[in-house]
Amino acid sequence: MRSLFRFLLRNYFVMMFLALEAISLALIVSLNDYQRVTFLNSSNNLVGSVYERFSNLDDYFSLSRTNARLASENASLRKQLHMRIANQENYPINRPDTVEAPAYIFTSAKVISNSVNKQFNYITINKGSRHGIKQDMGIINSEGVVGVITNVSQNYSTGLSLLNKRLLIPAKITTNNYFGSLVWDGEHYNTADLKEIPFHVIVNVGDTVVTSGYSNIFPDGIMIGKIKKFDAISGTNFYDIKVELSTNFKTLKYVEVVQNTKRTELIKLESNNITE
Amino acid sequence: MIKDFGKYVIMFIVLVLIQVLILNNIQLSGLINPYIYILFILLLPFTIPGYFLLGISFLLGISIDIFSNTPGIHSGATVLIGFLRPGIAQLISSREIIEKGNTPNLSQLGFASFLKYVIIAVLIHHLFLFFAETFSFGDFLETLVRWILSSIFSIVIILASQFILFKN
Repeated sequence: MRSLFRFLLRNYFVMMFLALEAISLALIVSLNDYQRVTFLNSSNNLVGSVYERFSNLDDYFSLSRTNARLASENASLRKQLHMRIANQENYPINRPDTVEAPAYIFTSAKVISNSVNKQFNYITINKGSRHGIKQDMGIINSEGVVGVITNVSQNYSTGLSLLNKRLLIPAKITTNNYFGSLVWDGEHYNTADLKEIPFHVIVNVGDTVVTSGYSNIFPDGIMIGKIKKFDAISGTNFYDIKVELSTNFKTLKYVEVVQNTKRTELIKLESNNITE
Repeated sequence: MIKDFGKYVIMFIVLVLIQVLILNNIQLSGLINPYIYILFILLLPFTIPGYFLLGISFLLGISIDIFSNTPGIHSGATVLIGFLRPGIAQLISSREIIEKGNTPNLSQLGFASFLKYVIIAVLIHHLFLFFAETFSFGDFLETLVRWILSSIFSIVIILASQFILFKN
């Protein structure tokens, strides 16, 4: 036993190196996963506040661009509202139901940290559990889908960006309603792959791809992007479709967090199918 | 000694902030991500005890990890550099310089030795980093390109920063 201690003491530099490397490796293997320990990421309050301060400074340089985007979003919302009012006048019976709670609740938030250059990108926003944010809520903005919340602290949350190879989003092609799943290709920040679309489906370049609403996270029909090109590779059953994403992840500033108020009910109902 | 300690604490904080707030946002074609924070490990005095060198390496790596949501990747790479640093230092400079208790910086080592020192350390660090990040040899060529290009950028930035600091 004593000689063992003496050995360890004499080679403490190597031993300590091996121990620290083992800790790092364990962290890589266990924590770089879909669900991660909260204290070791940027939803942590200290890290979040550093990012927020820097982001506040950075905001001044993009004020005009943000303004332009908000103005165009306002215009499109006003147009939608107008169409809806006109519709209601024609069909007075078709009133929205105001008794029941809305199916989706939107919370606006600011992106305080974001990356596009890694294989697994994450985004951090300045709203947390105090503002009603919970795990597995969707993140969108006026351009389209942004990501999904994975970790929440009191004031901040982090989520998988769509530019993260671990995130799979159920998506469909609007022209024919065939659905598949969308996953990032890990190459460029504005393209992703749409998988599981079979060969017999007629696909065109420029077709719009939206969320299918099958995931309980995103509402139906949130914009994802347009088909950029597609290939039919022999030996497979599915197209190799490249989608040009409508969200510009490099200029991401303001987002909305989507809460599906019926999600727990849906999950409970669907889990019955599995057990029976 | 106390004065030096304060200097290193400030350097630690400044390098982490530069890395996470500025350099992590440099995204040239998705292939070039310079990482210069290991400059801190490279500039520690030669006489620093081994346990302190490894401990501070781990602390630096894990700080970067927490900011960039990559637990373990940067800490692993930085601890490796901390472990190899005495070896690299012996490789590039003479025994007298090391034993005099100097700091391995540009003025002490001279340009040629300092360049070799930085190149070896950055290449090893980035190699570990990029392969740990993809955690596979699947995209071997792409990772190789990222490694080479990012290393060149990191080396240039580190050298430029040293030149600017020593001019003043």
